[in-house]
Amino acid sequence: MDIFLQQLINGLVLGSIYALVALGYTMVYGILELINFAHGEITMIGAMVSLAVINLLIGSSLDLPGVMIVFMGVLTAIPACMALGFLIERVAYRPLRHAPRLAPLITAIGVSIVLQNVAMLIWGRQYISFPAIIPIQRYEILGATISNLQIFIFIFSGLLMAGLVALVHKTRFGRAMRATAQSPQSASLMGVNVNNIIAITFILGSALAAIAGVMVGAYYGLAHYYMGFLLGLKAFCAAVLGGIGNIAGAMLGGLLLGVIESLGAGYIGDLTGGFLGSHYQDVFAFLVLIIVLVFRPSGLLGERVVERA
Amino acid sequence: MSQLFSKNSPFLARWTAFKHDRRAAWIAFVVVGALLAALPFLVELGLGRSWVRVLNFTLLYIMLALGLNIVVGYAGLLDLGYVAFYAVGAYCYALLASPHFGLHLPFWIILPIGALVAGLFGILLGTPTLRLRGDYLAIVTLGFGEIIRIFLNNLNTPVNITNGPQGINLIDPFHIGGISLNQAHTIAGITLPSTYNIYYLFLLLTLLIIFISMRLQNSRIGRAWVAIREDEVAAEAMGINTRNIKLLAFAMGASFGGVSGGLFAGLQGFVSPESFNLLESIMILCMIVLGGMGHIPGVILGAVLLTVLPEALRYMGDLQRYLFGSVIVDPADLRLLLFGLALIIMMIFRPAGLWPSPQRSRELSDVET
Repeated sequence: MDIFLQQLINGLVLGSIYALVALGYTMVYGILELINFAHGEITMIGAMVSLAVINLLIGSSLDLPGVMIVFMGVLTAIPACMALGFLIERVAYRPLRHAPRLAPLITAIGVSIVLQNVAMLIWGRQYISFPAIIPIQRYEILGATISNLQIFIFIFSGLLMAGLVALVHKTRFGRAMRATAQSPQSASLMGVNVNNIIAITFILGSALAAIAGVMVGAYYGLAHYYMGFLLGLKAFCAAVLGGIGNIAGAMLGGLLLGVIESLGAGYIGDLTGGFLGSHYQDVFAFLVLIIVLVFRPSGLLGERVVERA
Repeated sequence: MSQLFSKNSPFLARWTAFKHDRRAAWIAFVVVGALLAALPFLVELGLGRSWVRVLNFTLLYIMLALGLNIVVGYAGLLDLGYVAFYAVGAYCYALLASPHFGLHLPFWIILPIGALVAGLFGILLGTPTLRLRGDYLAIVTLGFGEIIRIFLNNLNTPVNITNGPQGINLIDPFHIGGISLNQAHTIAGITLPSTYNIYYLFLLLTLLIIFISMRLQNSRIGRAWVAIREDEVAAEAMGINTRNIKLLAFAMGASFGGVSGGLFAGLQGFVSPESFNLLESIMILCMIVLGGMGHIPGVILGAVLLTVLPEALRYMGDLQRYLFGSVIVDPADLRLLLFGLALIIMMIFRPAGLWPSPQRSRELSDVET
């Protein structure tokens, strides 16, 4: 029972990070019907930038408390990623908005490769360890342990998601965004500046990705120029699981995928009699993706996917 | 330039007449054949022995790119996990011709087996996924590529099938009967080193694959693929069984990948899961995009450019040493960066590729107007 609870906690924490990243995919897809492949890389850049700032502050003579340093790191990573998201949309996607579907997908892959390699040139090929400046405390609950970092990640990402939902459903901007997602033409006829909405969507998604990047870095204690890639793919799987284009779906999908992954990795050894082990963890996301796409392509909460001519 | 190629220029008229002249065609055929046969000698004279090896890799990538071209270029299905089929072919060869299982089959038996197994994997992947829309398909194929790599990496316990991350080494080189292609042979006074033998083997297979690709393009199936690419609903209305035809595209493309994979294993003598990562898939896709999707000469051009240019990038190191006194950026690190940039720039400024098929470029220019 305690193993089950432990895996459940780990899964929920991991899942809330997936959910944050998945939101970026789902918002962009909802509006542009574009898989923003570079989104995972934005997460990575977020982690890298915050790490650079954190290391800089630790090395400096300013004797800031640990929480403050991490806070400063996050505060630099967010605008950096926002700018990056804006730039990507402007340079790589906007010129291709009316091109055949394949074209923006290919530039997205291109952007992703470029970001990875720029990060590699700047920060090197090796894993960079995230300094543990906030003391980790562990609490025992029903035989499972949970750390203060895990609690923080779970609660903070919950707050962010709640904020996003409020933004989308309660504000004027959110209404414009939903209108654009339904039909860009009609929205622009109603006086919505579609280009602005799209740009702001990218910026919002990138801000969430930046925060998620810092969380992943702090959670695993490592950052690497390639870390965004698999994270991005899994988050995309989560977005599809929940129903792509659907914000609540992305959250549900993220949490579910996190739980499926950690329970799967925890129990696959027992289920297959030791034939398959926990190193197959990364397979689950794709299996979930394929199963969802085959049996319920619209995802758990999505509406029916209609082929747009 | 535009005048030179405008519809009623005398140059074009003469070129068309030349193209339809049978005798001229034969002469061109013989000249090209002789050039291809002499190519390794010329390359070694001009650039050195190591470039003959580059030449072999170029041929390998031409085969791979033509295989992916069937899926992406003809049928319009974006496959980001193509390297999985390459891996399947390579591991087929590695398992059937190495001390790992103690099997030593000759390559002309293994290559068809590899093609068949890879084709089956293509069907396995295609069956559940082909109902999906283009961009979903891209992600699922990408996931499939990763799954295959993860399995190759981990199938060493409890039964050692793939030997895990260490990979399989001591793979048999190509040999025909008792003649090993891995040794120098002297025929009619000309000594052919091993790289030359492999070049001729690869050249033959490349020509075969080009031939198959061309025949497929003009066949009923090829036209069905193009119809599906352009408009799936209309194609279905015209009586094309879209699901089977798409599956066929997957299987065909996969089997080309399987053959190339086998050749890769025989050439390297060593395979490991690390050779079959996503970037390899993306590089093959780059070749097609850069050259011109669905156009055989364009794809060949793309494959040649993207295999030769990275080799040429090595001189960037010398250039940097000359300019700044030391190597600031490792040229190998620049390679992928440039690939990524090339993908973006090509899609924005020349979406049909460097050498697009006449039909495709017309379509794309129509869209813009």
